[in-house]
Amino acid sequence: MPNVLNILLIPLLPFVNFLLLGLFGKTYLKKSAPIIGTVLMLASAFLAFQTAYEYFFVYGKVGEVYQQLMPLKLTWLVFAPGMQIDMGLMIDPISVMMLIVVTFISLMVHLYSLGYMKGDGRIATYYSFLGLFTFSMLGLVLATNIFQMYIFWELVGVSSFLLIGYYYDKPSAVAACKKAFIVTRFADFGFLIGILTFAYCGGSFDIPTLISALTSPDSNELKTAIGYSFVGVSAISWGAILIFIGGAGKSAMFPLHIWLPDAMEGPTPVSALIHAATMVVAGVYLVARLFPIFSIAAPAVLEIVGWVGVISAVIAAIIACTQTDIKRVLAYSTMSQIGFMMFALGVAKYGGEAGLGFTASLFHLFTHAIFKALLFLGAGAVIHYVHSNEMKDMGGLRKNMPITHTCFLIACLAIAGVPPFAGFFSKEEILLAAFHHNRVIYYIALFTSGLTAFYMFRLYFSIFWNREHSAHDSAHQDHARHGEGGWVMMLPLVLLAIGSAVAGFVPFGHFISSDNQILELPFHLLFSIAPVLIGITGITIALIMYKTSNDLPAKWSAQLNGMYQLAYHKFYIDELYLLLTKKVIFNLIGNASAWIDQHIVNAMINAAGTITQQFSEAIKKLQSGKVQQYGIYFFTSVIIIVVVLIYVWN
Amino acid sequence: MNLLLLLGIPLLTGLLVLLVSTKVQVRWVSFVGATAQLIASFLLFFAFRTEIADQNTAQFLFEVDYTLIESFNIHFHLGVDGISVAMILLTSFVVVAGILVSWNIEKMTKEFYFLLILLSLGAYGFFLSLDLFVLFFFLEMAVIPKYLLIGIWGSGKKDYSANKLALMLMGGSALILVGMLGLYFIGGHEFNIVHLSKLTISTDYQHLIFPFLFLGFGVFTALFPFHTWVPDGHSSAPTAGSMFLAGISMKLGGYGCLRVAIYLLPEGAKEYAHIIIVLSSIAILYGAFVTMMQKDLKYMNAYSSISHVGFSLLAMAMLTQTAITGALMQMISHGLMTALFFAVIGMIYDRTHTRMVDEMGGLMKTMPFITTVFFLVGFCSLGLPGLSGFVAEMTVFVGSWQVDDWFHRAATIAAIMSIVVTAVYILRAIGSTAMGPIKNPSFATLKDATWNEKLAAVILLIGIIGIGIAPSWLSNLLKPAAEIITNRIMGK
Amino acid sequence: MEPGIYHLLFISTALFFIGVFGFFTRRNLITMLMSIELILNSVNLNFIAFNKYVWPGKMDGLFFSIFIIAIAAAEAAVAIAIIINLYRSHQSINVETAEDLKF
Repeated sequence: MPNVLNILLIPLLPFVNFLLLGLFGKTYLKKSAPIIGTVLMLASAFLAFQTAYEYFFVYGKVGEVYQQLMPLKLTWLVFAPGMQIDMGLMIDPISVMMLIVVTFISLMVHLYSLGYMKGDGRIATYYSFLGLFTFSMLGLVLATNIFQMYIFWELVGVSSFLLIGYYYDKPSAVAACKKAFIVTRFADFGFLIGILTFAYCGGSFDIPTLISALTSPDSNELKTAIGYSFVGVSAISWGAILIFIGGAGKSAMFPLHIWLPDAMEGPTPVSALIHAATMVVAGVYLVARLFPIFSIAAPAVLEIVGWVGVISAVIAAIIACTQTDIKRVLAYSTMSQIGFMMFALGVAKYGGEAGLGFTASLFHLFTHAIFKALLFLGAGAVIHYVHSNEMKDMGGLRKNMPITHTCFLIACLAIAGVPPFAGFFSKEEILLAAFHHNRVIYYIALFTSGLTAFYMFRLYFSIFWNREHSAHDSAHQDHARHGEGGWVMMLPLVLLAIGSAVAGFVPFGHFISSDNQILELPFHLLFSIAPVLIGITGITIALIMYKTSNDLPAKWSAQLNGMYQLAYHKFYIDELYLLLTKKVIFNLIGNASAWIDQHIVNAMINAAGTITQQFSEAIKKLQSGKVQQYGIYFFTSVIIIVVVLIYVWN
Repeated sequence: MNLLLLLGIPLLTGLLVLLVSTKVQVRWVSFVGATAQLIASFLLFFAFRTEIADQNTAQFLFEVDYTLIESFNIHFHLGVDGISVAMILLTSFVVVAGILVSWNIEKMTKEFYFLLILLSLGAYGFFLSLDLFVLFFFLEMAVIPKYLLIGIWGSGKKDYSANKLALMLMGGSALILVGMLGLYFIGGHEFNIVHLSKLTISTDYQHLIFPFLFLGFGVFTALFPFHTWVPDGHSSAPTAGSMFLAGISMKLGGYGCLRVAIYLLPEGAKEYAHIIIVLSSIAILYGAFVTMMQKDLKYMNAYSSISHVGFSLLAMAMLTQTAITGALMQMISHGLMTALFFAVIGMIYDRTHTRMVDEMGGLMKTMPFITTVFFLVGFCSLGLPGLSGFVAEMTVFVGSWQVDDWFHRAATIAAIMSIVVTAVYILRAIGSTAMGPIKNPSFATLKDATWNEKLAAVILLIGIIGIGIAPSWLSNLLKPAAEIITNRIMGK
Repeated sequence: MEPGIYHLLFISTALFFIGVFGFFTRRNLITMLMSIELILNSVNLNFIAFNKYVWPGKMDGLFFSIFIIAIAAAEAAVAIAIIINLYRSHQSINVETAEDLKF
């Protein structure tokens, strides 16, 4: 049986890190903060690996089926009987897989930051935020209760906010962190209503209870939920759509992706951890976690998931081809790869062979986390070296940074889907799943993977080849002294590079499948030809264009002028949002409300005062101060009263 | 536990404040008195829990009953249930913090502290009393000091604000008085809440009386469109005044709406629930949008209070047990949060001498403590898990979602939508005050919080985080009382 | 001719209205005070007349008029004190200059 304490410590150790460094980091632990953070993370990662080993190989499997275990479940808040938030630990294949991914990448980032963030005045704060993020992400992964998931979902959002805004005196960073938070918050609005809808249909927040209530064909809940409809769509589908909106926001799916490129304002290791490997895949994890509901009760929504995924993938890939900021290229590539994971889920069905997409999606999540973290950390090393994010400031770095160069190349090969690197295997399965279920998606995906190879190698060649690095470039000379950043920065790169090279050989279907039974991943040599060929074509074009400094890129972009401009400006989606928020929400609604408040509601209250005052003003003339006038009033009144008393009263 | 203790301590503190001579003594006497009251509130809380654990099923515990005016059947009748205990805890938290942040008031210190303590006495009495007449007496006691606090120690257009606040609240009181007398005469000369709640009042009569009571208390709790005293009042009041106003006074109204209007007149509540829901949904969304457009931090927080208090009114009108529990939790959470918000704004204002968002920037560099608190309280306001706002809002949402027709659903969705807008304005405020480059070079030399400010912030933060991390103690405290109210609504 | 109640009532009514007329038209405070005295005396006359002709056996009317005379004296004393004060501050006893007590 699982050791509860071990599992509990996995998220708690980073939390301890957060509290310790958050409270005392500035005063008592200034020197030792990074070390404390890294050691705690190491312990957490160790426990995670141990748990994974024990789960997959010791106690997890009962009769060929991996069990869903809940070693701990504490009631946190009871709303009404049955409706309660529990804080618990859910141990099943996908959560254990995520444990490994999160703790491993987080450990790498902790380690890497020892070098990258060295000398930063607020490094203790940085490490405490990393701790908060890791804690929240692990809490999200381990959630047994959909509301628990939402709680940690919000917490990862806020840690992402804090880390993007880490360089808080840079206005662009401040804008970026606000944007990230607000856009994801908007998506969470959908998520929350989705949760409420699901809970209303299923009568519980508990994920297993909810899934069994909403998927077994003879359950009353499912019948009512399907019967209960709004604008022709059943309640359950609405719930699924809304939950997917939440997931799409976090995972930067079109059209809620606008925050992700800007989020690159954060320190690069943070981008590697949060905006490439872990938090952004939370949306995929969410859909995967509730996959039976999507697949059985709301298949139409799964179709939407698929299309949103593939559209995001292709749009992001196109944009990535034109960006010049290396982190932005990586950000769009992240979005594109998450699109792959999403549509893989979209083309999957629950159970058996049809669940290939599910396995493929999580397989890609796994490999992508490794190679994308590597890409970001490598990019971080480059940025550390040249002190710029722009491609034009780079070039010919392969001699100056040999280790980074090799690792980066491995990661690029992995993401481009070149065998035998990790990305090849996972992307292969995704394409296969798409091929079997939806040809249109398959062709778009094939095209996108070609683009992926192209823009990744464009990036690679621009950084490490292209313009030969000139000796008189004094800025580089200064930084050549500290080389590539020392072993703390290189060790994670090397480890991740090894991971990117070999992760594809993990028999993933043995561990993870939609129904927790073993799924042999199919592998057809003939099928692989097309993707690999397309990938190689992409690489070749990149080679021709960017290997050496030439005028081909300028020429081609001039030829594609309209298209190029459109992609360069990210299809003007940011501008559209800006228009919507500035013009519609701020000016039309906000200003109007403020105006109404001042000029109507407040004026009404003031008018009540003014009317009273003017009435008093009008009658105050009666108090003239003239004795004789008072006398007349008095006398007249007496006469009137007397007349009334005598003639009317009787 | 004798409830007279809870009235005795503030009364004694108030008298002592009048007797001592120097400013230092005044401060310490008030602080010690408020702390003693905080301890007494905790004692009450624990005594209450012990009683509940001992299976004491009485609706009100620790009852005290003295005849005040025999011929009118007015009794000095005190007693507590879970709601009152929670409210008293809230009040004592806010009072301690309010006294601490006013440490540097130099103008008429003695009078200032006396008024603060008088206000708190009114609030304690209000939450404790079970007799409508005494309740009304204490309610008025909590209004008058506010007028003076704003009028004398305020800033900006303080005369206008003080007048507006006092007049609108007095108007509310007048409505309450009418409703109260209506109850008094229909109940056969009865002010006792417990007796009145046993009474069957004809539906028509309830429909007649309910608007008076609800509107009257609604003015106190910023019911749309009677909310306009809030922004002006808060922005002109001194820091402690704003804290008391938002943290305590607005809760008097919420408590009254629930305990007097809805509980005693359930048929009236059912009749008017739709109107209340419409008004409070408007308040929530519209308050949030208006907040978004504010440039002055105090106005911002005042409008956001309107929006947040709207949640509790909305939840009350949903008339389900979870929603009412949520409404109460929202009241507690908002009380702590907004008091802290005003405290922080006060601290920032004391240093920068501006409350305009545009004029600040980069304060995090010079005042890490204050800005950290600012971040936390902002996050609480936008409903971050782990802080009290989240728990309260979620209880409201879950409770509201249980009522399944499109009208209630739409209102709930509107309320949920406001959390996005909340995020926008909170982040805007945080982003342009705490973060960013330092705009004004003179801000580079500002000092961080002093001990009293730190203590005040920490005390309120303990409340906020305490509820946020372990909400069930609060929810379990409120739930039985909410159940009694819902049972009466259901006619059980 | 023996004077009857009607004669007396006629005189008192006349006195009353003369007093009222004086009170309204005169601007001099002393004259106004005198007008008030006229009004009071007309009331006195009424009391005595009714006492004599309607309830001859009783003394109530007489007592009332004695009270009124006493009170009128006191009132005159107070009024003249006020008038003197007014004269000191305004250098006039014209009623139109004394209209500070308003709004």
